Amino acid sequence: MYLTNEEERILKGEEGYAKQKAMEIVTALGDIYGADRLIPISSAQIAGVSYTSLGDEGIEWLESLRDCHVAVPATLNPASIDLENWRDMGVSSEYACKQLRIINAYRQLGVKPICSCTPYLVGVIPRFGEHIVWSESSAVCYANSVLGARTNREGGPSALASAIVGKTPNYGYHLDENRKATVLINVNVKLETLSDYSTLGYLVGETIGSGVPYFRGLKPLRSEELKALGAGLGTTGSIALYHAEEVTPEYAKVLTGQVERLNFTDRDLREVCDEHFKPVNGSVELVAIGCPHMSLVELEEAAKVLKNRRVRKDRKLWLFTSIAVKRLAERCNLLDIIRRAGGEVYTDCCMALAPLKSLGVKNIAVDSAKAAFYTRLLTRVDVFFGNLKNCIDSITEV
Amino acid sequence: MIIRCRSISKGYGEGYALVSPKPISFFGQIDRTTGVVCDENHPLYGESIAGRVLVFQSGRGSTVGSYVIYGLAKRGKAPSAMICMEAEPIVAVGAIISRIPMVDRPEKNVFKNGVFVRVYADRGFVEVLD
Repeated sequence: MYLTNEEERILKGEEGYAKQKAMEIVTALGDIYGADRLIPISSAQIAGVSYTSLGDEGIEWLESLRDCHVAVPATLNPASIDLENWRDMGVSSEYACKQLRIINAYRQLGVKPICSCTPYLVGVIPRFGEHIVWSESSAVCYANSVLGARTNREGGPSALASAIVGKTPNYGYHLDENRKATVLINVNVKLETLSDYSTLGYLVGETIGSGVPYFRGLKPLRSEELKALGAGLGTTGSIALYHAEEVTPEYAKVLTGQVERLNFTDRDLREVCDEHFKPVNGSVELVAIGCPHMSLVELEEAAKVLKNRRVRKDRKLWLFTSIAVKRLAERCNLLDIIRRAGGEVYTDCCMALAPLKSLGVKNIAVDSAKAAFYTRLLTRVDVFFGNLKNCIDSITEV
Repeated sequence: MIIRCRSISKGYGEGYALVSPKPISFFGQIDRTTGVVCDENHPLYGESIAGRVLVFQSGRGSTVGSYVIYGLAKRGKAPSAMICMEAEPIVAVGAIISRIPMVDRPEKNVFKNGVFVRVYADRGFVEVLD
């Protein structure tokens, strides 16, 4: 891979140990993927935040990088706990201490302590064609597909390294030729709730595994629906980009030549639900909504469902969003409505990463196929699946 | 015997080869504190990778695996060098941040358990002693 004189100097260690390590990572990845050169990026979104997955080794590595500063605006993926209100969640101070140490190590590097899987809802909005380095798979899907920005699905360490040098190897979804559709998906499905969109994504991801799906037959979509669709796709497949006819910005030029065609119907959607998920029922203890993090519109919808209802005794309702959207919800009186009904809004974190078992949670209901998949895998508690309304109905009374 | 390779993570390392017939997920298959393969379903179950020249196809699984390698190195339980048939990001990044010499794409695959191997990752070759 070609390197400029400046890049060579950094690689030799002339700008310090941390930048040298970061450049070594970026150039090694460039060589592995056959990139021709490094290209500048405009933002980074870094995974490897929750203490559950990072462990003490990750903390040691982050703290060893002290002598440098990120070169581009960088934010974080969700952590395991609400960074301000972790006590209300029931988290031990020992665990919180480790988690906060990780956030502090990132802060020392100039990374913004904004922990969200939806950076595009909190002011990090790449424009069409801009090169970025994002990690969280649903955010990668949204940035590539809905905004038309360009990013690969990065691992935590590679996203951090790119943030430090401000560059990424030029390969994968940064290149035009890899953004063409590889499979045409005819959608003959009645999609009503966000859960339906997330299930469709989950189903298509599971069916095709990789590649660039092109959806035909989706009506003009709300951005929340596109968010849910992409989150599902990224869960079961290694998919980082999709196109939707007459909806997403690149659709008109990506369907060239012959591609495989697949049809999906209501029956397919029902079957994947029956096979993978247990439906919501009266035994649900905790309802967790917000995978990916809820938008203001979604919080408003939740508040509507909660109107004149109240969370039953020994049941919990947790809504997850970013710190910025929570403040907006407060301004719009939504927070008040949700709290009066017995629910709580948490920020910076995610139900699948929370230490649910040690919080004494036995089972949980979610409205996102991605949350259903990862919560079961990572927390080992019982997981039920439904939509926003029937999840909330299962733990509330009039 | 000298075998040419591609350099992934710089440095020199040597030791007795430990050859894995299967890919390795450092997150989940290797004990984070001892360096022993802890997944019963892995062919190297019970073996320690500490101080060995680890020869394997590639890494797989979570990118957290890079940090597991770093932790092993901090505790002196990491391999002394790694030879992959085809490098992928998890192991490559793990080797770089841990300063473990690593190469991939060896011209010939003649590695057997227990042979002594010198890995010249800076210069892009390995030496296998008979």
